[in-house]
Amino acid sequence: MKNFEFYEPTTLAEASRLFAQEHAQLLAGGTDIIIGMKALTEAPQSVISLQKIPGLAGITAEADGSISVGAMAKVREVELSPDIQQHHTALAEGAAEIGSIQIRNLATIGGNIAHASPAADTVAGLLVADAQVDIAGEDGERTVPINELFTGPGQTVLAPGEIITRFRLPSPTSGSHYIKHKIREVMDLAFIGVAAAVNLENGVITNARIGLAAVAPTPIRATEAENLLAGNELTPELLAQVGEAAAAAATPISDLRCSAEHRTEMVDVLTRRTLQTAVDRA
Amino acid sequence: MAKHHVNLKVNGDEHDLLIEPRKTLLAVLRDTVGLTGTKEGCSTGDCGACTVIVDGKAVTSCMVLAVTASGKEITTIEGLASDGELHPVQQAFINTGGYQCGFCTPGFIMASKALIDENPDRSEEEFRHALGGNICRCTGYTKILEAVLKAAEEVSATA
Repeated sequence: MKNFEFYEPTTLAEASRLFAQEHAQLLAGGTDIIIGMKALTEAPQSVISLQKIPGLAGITAEADGSISVGAMAKVREVELSPDIQQHHTALAEGAAEIGSIQIRNLATIGGNIAHASPAADTVAGLLVADAQVDIAGEDGERTVPINELFTGPGQTVLAPGEIITRFRLPSPTSGSHYIKHKIREVMDLAFIGVAAAVNLENGVITNARIGLAAVAPTPIRATEAENLLAGNELTPELLAQVGEAAAAAATPISDLRCSAEHRTEMVDVLTRRTLQTAVDRA
Repeated sequence: MAKHHVNLKVNGDEHDLLIEPRKTLLAVLRDTVGLTGTKEGCSTGDCGACTVIVDGKAVTSCMVLAVTASGKEITTIEGLASDGELHPVQQAFINTGGYQCGFCTPGFIMASKALIDENPDRSEEEFRHALGGNICRCTGYTKILEAVLKAAEEVSATA
Protein backbone atom coordinates (compact mmCIF):
# COMPACT_ATOMS: atom_id res chain seq x y z
CA MET A 1 0.00 0.00 0.00
CA LYS A 2 1.32 3.45 -0.94
CA ASN A 3 1.42 5.98 1.85
CA PHE A 4 -1.08 8.83 2.00
CA GLU A 5 -2.13 11.78 4.11
CA PHE A 6 -4.93 10.78 6.43
CA TYR A 7 -7.71 13.12 7.49
CA GLU A 8 -10.51 12.63 9.99
CA PRO A 9 -12.75 15.67 9.53
CA THR A 10 -15.59 16.18 12.00
CA THR A 11 -17.88 18.12 9.66
CA LEU A 12 -19.31 17.33 6.25
CA ALA A 13 -18.19 20.72 4.94
CA GLU A 14 -14.57 19.96 5.81
CA ALA A 15 -14.83 16.44 4.37
CA SER A 16 -16.30 17.84 1.14
CA ARG A 17 -13.56 20.43 0.82
CA LEU A 18 -10.83 17.79 1.28
CA PHE A 19 -12.56 15.28 -1.02
CA ALA A 20 -12.87 17.86 -3.80
CA GLN A 21 -9.09 17.97 -4.12
CA GLU A 22 -7.29 15.80 -6.65
CA HIS A 23 -6.28 12.23 -5.81
CA ALA A 24 -8.49 12.14 -2.72
CA GLN A 25 -10.53 9.12 -1.65
CA LEU A 26 -13.16 8.65 1.02
CA LEU A 27 -12.88 6.01 3.70
CA ALA A 28 -16.24 4.74 4.97
CA GLY A 29 -15.99 1.10 6.10
CA GLY A 30 -12.79 0.53 4.13
CA THR A 31 -13.62 -2.91 2.76
CA ASP A 32 -13.30 -1.82 -0.89
CA ILE A 33 -10.75 0.98 -0.71
CA ILE A 34 -8.24 -0.84 1.50
CA ILE A 35 -8.26 -3.87 -0.80
CA GLY A 36 -7.82 -1.52 -3.78
CA MET A 37 -4.92 0.29 -2.12
CA LYS A 38 -3.21 -3.01 -1.29
CA ALA A 39 -3.57 -4.13 -4.91
CA LEU A 40 -2.31 -0.66 -6.02
CA THR A 41 -5.39 -0.26 -8.21
CA GLU A 42 -6.05 2.69 -5.89
CA ALA A 43 -3.23 4.99 -4.82
CA PRO A 44 -4.85 8.12 -3.37
CA GLN A 45 -2.64 10.91 -2.04
CA SER A 46 -5.17 11.67 0.66
CA VAL A 47 -7.69 9.47 2.42
CA ILE A 48 -10.57 11.18 4.17
CA SER A 49 -12.33 9.18 6.84
CA LEU A 50 -16.05 9.80 7.36
CA GLN A 51 -16.01 7.94 10.66
CA LYS A 52 -15.70 11.01 12.92
CA ILE A 53 -18.54 13.00 11.33
CA PRO A 54 -21.60 12.91 13.58
CA GLY A 55 -25.05 12.16 12.17
CA LEU A 56 -24.05 9.91 9.28
CA ALA A 57 -24.77 6.58 11.00
CA GLY A 58 -27.93 4.99 12.29
CA ILE A 59 -31.27 3.82 10.95
CA THR A 60 -34.34 5.81 11.96
CA ALA A 61 -38.04 5.11 11.40
CA GLU A 62 -39.74 8.48 10.89
CA ALA A 63 -43.28 9.38 11.98
CA ASP A 64 -44.52 9.49 8.37
CA GLY A 65 -43.63 5.83 7.78
CA SER A 66 -40.42 6.57 5.92
CA ILE A 67 -37.12 5.11 7.03
CA SER A 68 -33.86 7.00 7.02
CA VAL A 69 -30.67 4.97 6.63
CA GLY A 70 -27.43 6.82 7.34
CA ALA A 71 -24.74 6.32 4.70
CA MET A 72 -22.35 5.20 7.45
CA ALA A 73 -24.79 2.58 8.79
CA LYS A 74 -23.00 -0.74 8.77
CA VAL A 75 -24.29 -3.32 6.33
CA ARG A 76 -24.75 -5.66 9.31
CA GLU A 77 -27.05 -3.06 10.95
CA VAL A 78 -29.12 -2.82 7.78
CA GLU A 79 -29.37 -6.61 7.68
CA LEU A 80 -30.55 -6.83 11.31
CA SER A 81 -32.74 -3.70 11.52
CA PRO A 82 -36.30 -4.79 12.46
CA ASP A 83 -37.75 -1.81 10.55
CA ILE A 84 -35.92 -2.71 7.36
CA GLN A 85 -36.59 -6.44 7.76
CA GLN A 86 -40.31 -5.70 8.07
CA HIS A 87 -40.89 -2.92 5.54
CA HIS A 88 -38.04 -3.38 3.06
CA THR A 89 -37.26 -7.08 3.34
CA ALA A 90 -35.41 -7.15 0.01
CA LEU A 91 -32.90 -4.60 1.31
CA ALA A 92 -32.28 -6.56 4.53
CA GLU A 93 -31.85 -9.74 2.48
CA GLY A 94 -29.44 -8.01 0.11
CA ALA A 95 -27.37 -6.67 3.01
CA ALA A 96 -27.16 -10.20 4.46
CA GLU A 97 -25.65 -11.43 1.17
CA ILE A 98 -22.53 -9.27 1.38
CA GLY A 99 -19.23 -10.97 2.25
CA SER A 100 -19.03 -12.39 5.75
CA ILE A 101 -20.22 -11.12 9.13
CA GLN A 102 -16.71 -9.75 9.75
CA ILE A 103 -16.97 -7.73 6.53
CA ARG A 104 -20.56 -6.64 7.17
CA ASN A 105 -19.47 -5.32 10.59
CA LEU A 106 -17.09 -2.97 8.74
CA ALA A 107 -18.75 -2.21 5.40
CA THR A 108 -21.26 0.62 5.14
CA ILE A 109 -24.33 0.88 2.92
CA GLY A 110 -23.04 4.23 1.64
CA GLY A 111 -19.80 2.62 0.56
CA ASN A 112 -21.60 -0.29 -1.11
CA ILE A 113 -23.57 2.22 -3.20
CA ALA A 114 -20.91 4.89 -3.81
CA HIS A 115 -18.54 2.20 -5.10
CA ALA A 116 -21.16 1.86 -7.88
CA SER A 117 -20.58 -1.77 -8.68
CA PRO A 118 -23.47 -2.97 -10.89
CA ALA A 119 -23.41 -6.13 -8.74
CA ALA A 120 -23.73 -4.46 -5.31
CA ASP A 121 -26.01 -6.52 -3.10
CA THR A 122 -27.86 -3.62 -1.45
CA VAL A 123 -28.66 -1.83 -4.69
CA ALA A 124 -31.60 -3.92 -5.96
CA GLY A 125 -33.30 -3.56 -2.55
CA LEU A 126 -32.78 0.21 -2.60
CA LEU A 127 -34.14 0.38 -6.16
CA VAL A 128 -37.37 -1.40 -5.23
CA ALA A 129 -37.68 0.75 -2.09
CA ASP A 130 -37.52 3.77 -4.44
CA ALA A 131 -34.78 5.17 -2.21
CA GLN A 132 -33.91 8.85 -2.32
CA VAL A 133 -30.22 9.55 -1.93
CA ASP A 134 -29.21 12.63 0.06
CA ILE A 135 -25.93 14.11 -1.07
CA ALA A 136 -23.83 16.86 0.51
CA GLY A 137 -21.27 18.89 -1.38
CA GLU A 138 -19.33 22.13 -1.20
CA ASP A 139 -22.29 23.98 -2.72
CA GLY A 140 -24.94 22.53 -0.42
CA GLU A 141 -27.21 19.52 -0.41
CA ARG A 142 -29.31 17.78 -3.04
CA THR A 143 -31.34 14.61 -3.41
CA VAL A 144 -31.13 12.13 -6.27
CA PRO A 145 -33.42 9.11 -6.78
CA ILE A 146 -31.37 5.91 -6.57
CA ASN A 147 -32.26 4.96 -10.16
CA GLU A 148 -30.63 8.18 -11.38
CA LEU A 149 -27.47 7.87 -9.28
CA PHE A 150 -25.43 5.54 -11.50
CA THR A 151 -23.95 6.42 -14.88
CA GLY A 152 -21.76 3.37 -15.55
CA PRO A 153 -19.67 0.70 -13.83
CA GLY A 154 -18.00 2.49 -10.90
CA GLN A 155 -19.50 5.80 -12.08
CA THR A 156 -22.13 8.02 -10.47
CA VAL A 157 -23.55 11.52 -10.85
CA LEU A 158 -21.59 12.57 -7.75
CA ALA A 159 -19.50 15.67 -8.48
CA PRO A 160 -16.03 16.18 -6.98
CA GLY A 161 -16.41 16.67 -3.24
CA GLU A 162 -19.95 15.30 -3.09
CA ILE A 163 -20.66 12.74 -0.39
CA ILE A 164 -23.70 10.47 0.08
CA THR A 165 -25.09 11.18 3.54
CA ARG A 166 -28.34 9.24 3.76
CA PHE A 167 -30.84 6.99 2.00
CA ARG A 168 -34.50 7.79 2.57
CA LEU A 169 -36.98 5.01 1.94
CA PRO A 170 -40.19 7.00 1.44
CA SER A 171 -42.96 4.48 2.08
CA PRO A 172 -43.18 0.88 3.30
CA THR A 173 -43.67 -1.92 0.80
CA SER A 174 -46.03 -4.69 1.91
CA GLY A 175 -43.94 -7.49 0.41
CA SER A 176 -40.47 -7.68 -1.10
CA HIS A 177 -37.74 -10.18 -1.78
CA TYR A 178 -34.16 -10.31 -3.08
CA ILE A 179 -32.48 -13.26 -4.77
CA LYS A 180 -28.76 -13.36 -5.41
CA HIS A 181 -27.71 -15.81 -8.08
CA LYS A 182 -24.37 -17.16 -6.87
CA ILE A 183 -22.29 -20.28 -6.35
CA ARG A 184 -21.03 -20.01 -2.77
CA GLU A 185 -23.39 -19.69 0.17
CA VAL A 186 -21.37 -16.71 1.46
CA MET A 187 -18.36 -14.64 0.31
CA ASP A 188 -19.44 -14.59 -3.31
CA LEU A 189 -20.27 -11.90 -5.85
CA ALA A 190 -23.64 -11.92 -7.57
CA PHE A 191 -23.90 -13.41 -11.06
CA ILE A 192 -27.08 -11.40 -11.01
CA GLY A 193 -29.28 -9.93 -8.29
CA VAL A 194 -33.04 -9.51 -8.59
CA ALA A 195 -35.40 -7.76 -6.19
CA ALA A 196 -39.14 -7.25 -6.35
CA ALA A 197 -41.42 -5.18 -4.11
CA VAL A 198 -45.19 -4.89 -4.25
CA ASN A 199 -48.11 -3.29 -2.52
CA LEU A 200 -51.39 -5.22 -2.66
CA GLU A 201 -55.00 -4.20 -2.16
CA ASN A 202 -57.54 -7.05 -2.00
CA GLY A 203 -55.20 -9.28 -3.97
CA VAL A 204 -54.65 -6.66 -6.66
CA ILE A 205 -51.17 -5.24 -7.15
CA THR A 206 -51.38 -1.47 -6.72
CA ASN A 207 -47.76 -0.88 -7.51
CA ALA A 208 -44.72 -3.03 -8.18
CA ARG A 209 -41.03 -2.42 -8.58
CA ILE A 210 -38.38 -4.73 -9.98
CA GLY A 211 -34.67 -4.02 -9.50
CA LEU A 212 -31.92 -5.80 -11.40
CA ALA A 213 -28.23 -5.92 -10.53
CA ALA A 214 -25.26 -7.15 -12.58
CA VAL A 215 -27.22 -7.37 -15.84
CA ALA A 216 -26.38 -3.95 -17.30
CA PRO A 217 -23.62 -1.29 -16.97
CA THR A 218 -25.61 0.10 -14.03
CA PRO A 219 -28.22 -1.38 -11.72
CA ILE A 220 -31.61 -0.86 -13.36
CA ARG A 221 -35.36 -0.91 -12.77
CA ALA A 222 -37.37 -3.15 -15.14
CA THR A 223 -40.07 -0.54 -15.68
CA GLU A 224 -41.88 -2.23 -18.59
CA ALA A 225 -42.21 -5.38 -16.52
CA GLU A 226 -43.43 -3.28 -13.57
CA ASN A 227 -46.09 -1.59 -15.71
CA LEU A 228 -47.58 -4.97 -16.65
CA LEU A 229 -48.31 -5.62 -12.98
CA ALA A 230 -50.06 -2.47 -11.74
CA GLY A 231 -53.81 -2.97 -11.33
CA ASN A 232 -53.68 -6.74 -11.85
CA GLU A 233 -53.74 -9.94 -9.84
CA LEU A 234 -50.67 -12.10 -10.20
CA THR A 235 -51.63 -15.02 -12.45
CA PRO A 236 -49.20 -17.59 -13.88
CA GLU A 237 -49.71 -16.05 -17.34
CA LEU A 238 -48.92 -12.55 -16.08
CA LEU A 239 -45.91 -13.85 -14.17
CA ALA A 240 -44.54 -15.37 -17.38
CA GLN A 241 -45.03 -12.09 -19.27
CA VAL A 242 -43.34 -10.10 -16.52
CA GLY A 243 -40.36 -12.47 -16.44
CA GLU A 244 -39.89 -12.06 -20.19
CA ALA A 245 -40.24 -8.28 -20.00
CA ALA A 246 -37.63 -8.11 -17.22
CA ALA A 247 -35.25 -10.28 -19.25
CA ALA A 248 -35.77 -7.95 -22.22
CA ALA A 249 -34.64 -5.02 -20.05
CA ALA A 250 -31.33 -6.72 -19.26
CA THR A 251 -28.23 -6.02 -21.38
CA PRO A 252 -25.68 -8.22 -19.64
CA ILE A 253 -22.09 -9.01 -20.58
CA SER A 254 -20.35 -12.36 -20.64
CA ASP A 255 -17.44 -12.57 -18.24
CA LEU A 256 -15.50 -15.18 -16.32
CA ARG A 257 -18.42 -15.56 -13.91
CA CYS A 258 -21.06 -16.52 -16.47
CA SER A 259 -22.36 -15.86 -19.96
CA ALA A 260 -24.71 -13.10 -21.06
CA GLU A 261 -27.20 -15.73 -22.24
CA HIS A 262 -27.27 -17.37 -18.82
CA ARG A 263 -27.72 -14.01 -17.11
CA THR A 264 -30.64 -13.07 -19.38
CA GLU A 265 -32.32 -16.43 -18.86
CA MET A 266 -31.88 -16.17 -15.09
CA VAL A 267 -33.38 -12.67 -14.99
CA ASP A 268 -36.58 -14.24 -16.35
CA VAL A 269 -36.49 -17.12 -13.84
CA LEU A 270 -35.52 -15.08 -10.78
CA THR A 271 -37.90 -12.21 -11.53
CA ARG A 272 -40.76 -14.72 -11.46
CA ARG A 273 -39.47 -16.23 -8.21
CA THR A 274 -38.85 -12.94 -6.37
CA LEU A 275 -42.13 -11.51 -7.51
CA GLN A 276 -44.11 -14.56 -6.39
CA THR A 277 -42.41 -14.43 -2.97
CA ALA A 278 -42.98 -10.67 -2.68
CA VAL A 279 -46.70 -11.16 -3.40
CA ASP A 280 -46.92 -14.11 -0.98
CA ARG A 281 -45.38 -11.90 1.73
CA ALA A 282 -47.63 -8.92 1.03
CA MET B 1 3.41 11.80 4.84
CA ALA B 2 2.57 12.47 8.43
CA LYS B 3 2.50 9.73 11.02
CA HIS B 4 -0.38 9.70 13.45
CA HIS B 5 -0.62 9.27 17.19
CA VAL B 6 -2.81 6.28 17.94
CA ASN B 7 -4.01 4.93 21.25
CA LEU B 8 -4.75 1.24 20.84
CA LYS B 9 -6.49 -0.56 23.71
CA VAL B 10 -5.56 -4.16 23.13
CA ASN B 11 -6.75 -6.80 25.59
CA GLY B 12 -7.07 -4.10 28.24
CA ASP B 13 -3.57 -2.67 27.74
CA GLU B 14 -3.11 0.78 26.24
CA HIS B 15 -0.47 1.36 23.59
CA ASP B 16 0.46 4.90 22.53
CA LEU B 17 1.94 4.55 19.09
CA LEU B 18 3.12 6.75 16.25
CA ILE B 19 2.20 5.00 13.01
CA GLU B 20 1.86 5.50 9.29
CA PRO B 21 -1.81 5.76 8.28
CA ARG B 22 -1.36 3.00 5.71
CA LYS B 23 -0.66 0.38 8.39
CA THR B 24 -3.52 -2.05 8.90
CA LEU B 25 -4.68 -3.00 12.36
CA LEU B 26 -3.40 -6.50 11.61
CA ALA B 27 0.10 -5.23 10.80
CA VAL B 28 0.26 -3.03 13.90
CA LEU B 29 -0.99 -5.78 16.21
CA ARG B 30 1.62 -8.20 14.90
CA ASP B 31 4.63 -6.01 14.12
CA THR B 32 4.33 -3.11 16.55
CA VAL B 33 2.38 -4.41 19.53
CA GLY B 34 4.04 -7.80 19.13
CA LEU B 35 0.92 -9.96 19.37
CA THR B 36 1.41 -12.53 16.65
CA GLY B 37 -1.55 -14.74 17.56
CA THR B 38 -3.65 -12.94 14.96
CA LYS B 39 -2.72 -14.41 11.58
CA GLU B 40 -2.39 -12.95 8.11
CA GLY B 41 -3.90 -15.29 5.53
CA CYS B 42 -5.21 -13.77 2.33
CA SER B 43 -4.98 -10.11 3.38
CA THR B 44 -8.08 -9.38 1.29
CA GLY B 45 -10.83 -10.18 3.79
CA ASP B 46 -11.67 -13.57 2.28
CA CYS B 47 -10.20 -16.02 4.79
CA GLY B 48 -10.99 -14.67 8.27
CA ALA B 49 -7.61 -15.68 9.78
CA CYS B 50 -7.06 -12.10 10.97
CA THR B 51 -10.40 -11.83 12.81
CA VAL B 52 -10.26 -9.76 16.00
CA ILE B 53 -13.04 -8.22 18.06
CA VAL B 54 -13.38 -4.42 17.98
CA ASP B 55 -15.96 -2.88 20.31
CA GLY B 56 -17.72 -6.24 20.54
CA LYS B 57 -17.86 -6.91 16.79
CA ALA B 58 -15.78 -9.46 14.89
CA VAL B 59 -13.91 -7.80 12.05
CA THR B 60 -11.18 -8.77 9.60
CA SER B 61 -8.24 -6.72 10.91
CA CYS B 62 -6.54 -6.76 7.50
CA MET B 63 -9.30 -4.41 6.28
CA VAL B 64 -9.01 -1.87 9.09
CA LEU B 65 -6.55 1.02 9.10
CA ALA B 66 -5.01 1.09 12.57
CA VAL B 67 -5.48 4.87 12.76
CA THR B 68 -9.25 4.32 12.71
CA ALA B 69 -9.08 1.88 15.64
CA SER B 70 -7.70 4.49 18.01
CA GLY B 71 -9.62 4.53 21.30
CA LYS B 72 -11.61 1.39 20.50
CA GLU B 73 -11.57 -1.79 22.61
CA ILE B 74 -9.67 -4.48 20.71
CA THR B 75 -9.59 -8.11 21.75
CA THR B 76 -7.22 -10.58 20.14
CA ILE B 77 -6.76 -14.30 20.73
CA GLU B 78 -4.17 -13.44 23.41
CA GLY B 79 -6.86 -11.63 25.41
CA LEU B 80 -9.38 -14.45 25.70
CA ALA B 81 -7.95 -16.43 28.61
CA SER B 82 -8.39 -14.90 32.03
CA ASP B 83 -6.55 -15.78 35.26
CA GLY B 84 -4.78 -18.63 33.53
CA GLU B 85 -8.05 -20.20 32.45
CA LEU B 86 -8.88 -20.64 28.79
CA HIS B 87 -12.07 -19.21 27.35
CA PRO B 88 -14.78 -21.89 26.80
CA VAL B 89 -14.36 -21.56 23.04
CA GLN B 90 -10.60 -22.14 23.28
CA GLN B 91 -11.11 -25.12 25.60
CA ALA B 92 -13.73 -26.61 23.27
CA PHE B 93 -11.35 -26.38 20.28
CA ILE B 94 -8.74 -28.30 22.31
CA ASN B 95 -11.17 -30.89 23.64
CA THR B 96 -12.62 -31.72 20.23
CA GLY B 97 -9.43 -31.35 18.21
CA GLY B 98 -10.91 -28.42 16.31
CA TYR B 99 -7.65 -27.61 14.55
CA GLN B 100 -5.05 -29.21 12.33
CA CYS B 101 -2.18 -26.92 11.34
CA GLY B 102 -3.69 -24.23 13.59
CA PHE B 103 -3.21 -21.24 11.31
CA CYS B 104 -6.92 -20.48 10.92
CA THR B 105 -7.67 -21.31 14.57
CA PRO B 106 -7.31 -17.83 16.16
CA GLY B 107 -9.63 -16.38 13.51
CA PHE B 108 -12.16 -19.17 13.93
CA ILE B 109 -12.06 -18.80 17.72
CA MET B 110 -12.51 -15.00 17.65
CA ALA B 111 -15.35 -15.20 15.10
CA SER B 112 -17.02 -17.96 17.14
CA LYS B 113 -16.62 -16.07 20.40
CA ALA B 114 -18.32 -12.98 18.93
CA LEU B 115 -21.18 -15.12 17.61
CA ILE B 116 -21.63 -16.91 20.92
CA ASP B 117 -21.49 -13.63 22.86
CA GLU B 118 -24.22 -12.28 20.60
CA ASN B 119 -26.41 -15.36 20.76
CA PRO B 120 -25.25 -18.87 21.76
CA ASP B 121 -28.61 -20.44 20.87
CA ARG B 122 -28.08 -20.91 17.16
CA SER B 123 -28.66 -24.05 15.13
CA GLU B 124 -25.76 -25.93 13.57
CA GLU B 125 -26.87 -24.58 10.20
CA GLU B 126 -26.84 -21.01 11.51
CA PHE B 127 -23.34 -21.37 12.98
CA ARG B 128 -22.12 -22.96 9.76
CA HIS B 129 -23.50 -20.04 7.73
CA ALA B 130 -22.28 -17.38 10.17
CA LEU B 131 -18.73 -18.80 10.06
CA GLY B 132 -18.67 -18.70 6.26
CA GLY B 133 -16.07 -15.91 6.37
CA ASN B 134 -13.47 -18.23 7.91
CA ILE B 135 -11.55 -20.69 5.79
CA CYS B 136 -9.62 -23.74 7.02
CA ARG B 137 -6.93 -24.69 4.51
CA CYS B 138 -6.69 -28.15 6.12
CA THR B 139 -10.47 -28.53 5.63
CA GLY B 140 -10.99 -29.57 9.25
CA TYR B 141 -14.45 -28.09 9.36
CA THR B 142 -16.26 -30.99 11.01
CA LYS B 143 -14.24 -30.78 14.22
CA ILE B 144 -14.27 -26.98 14.16
CA LEU B 145 -18.05 -26.92 13.99
CA GLU B 146 -18.24 -29.54 16.72
CA ALA B 147 -16.07 -27.34 18.95
CA VAL B 148 -18.16 -24.25 18.30
CA LEU B 149 -21.41 -26.08 19.04
CA LYS B 150 -19.96 -27.53 22.26
CA ALA B 151 -18.76 -24.10 23.40
CA ALA B 152 -22.11 -22.52 22.55
CA GLU B 153 -23.93 -25.21 24.49
CA GLU B 154 -21.69 -24.66 27.50
CA VAL B 155 -22.05 -20.88 27.43
CA SER B 156 -25.81 -21.20 26.98
CA ALA B 157 -26.06 -23.58 29.95
CA THR B 158 -24.10 -21.30 32.29
CA ALA B 159 -25.78 -18.07 31.13
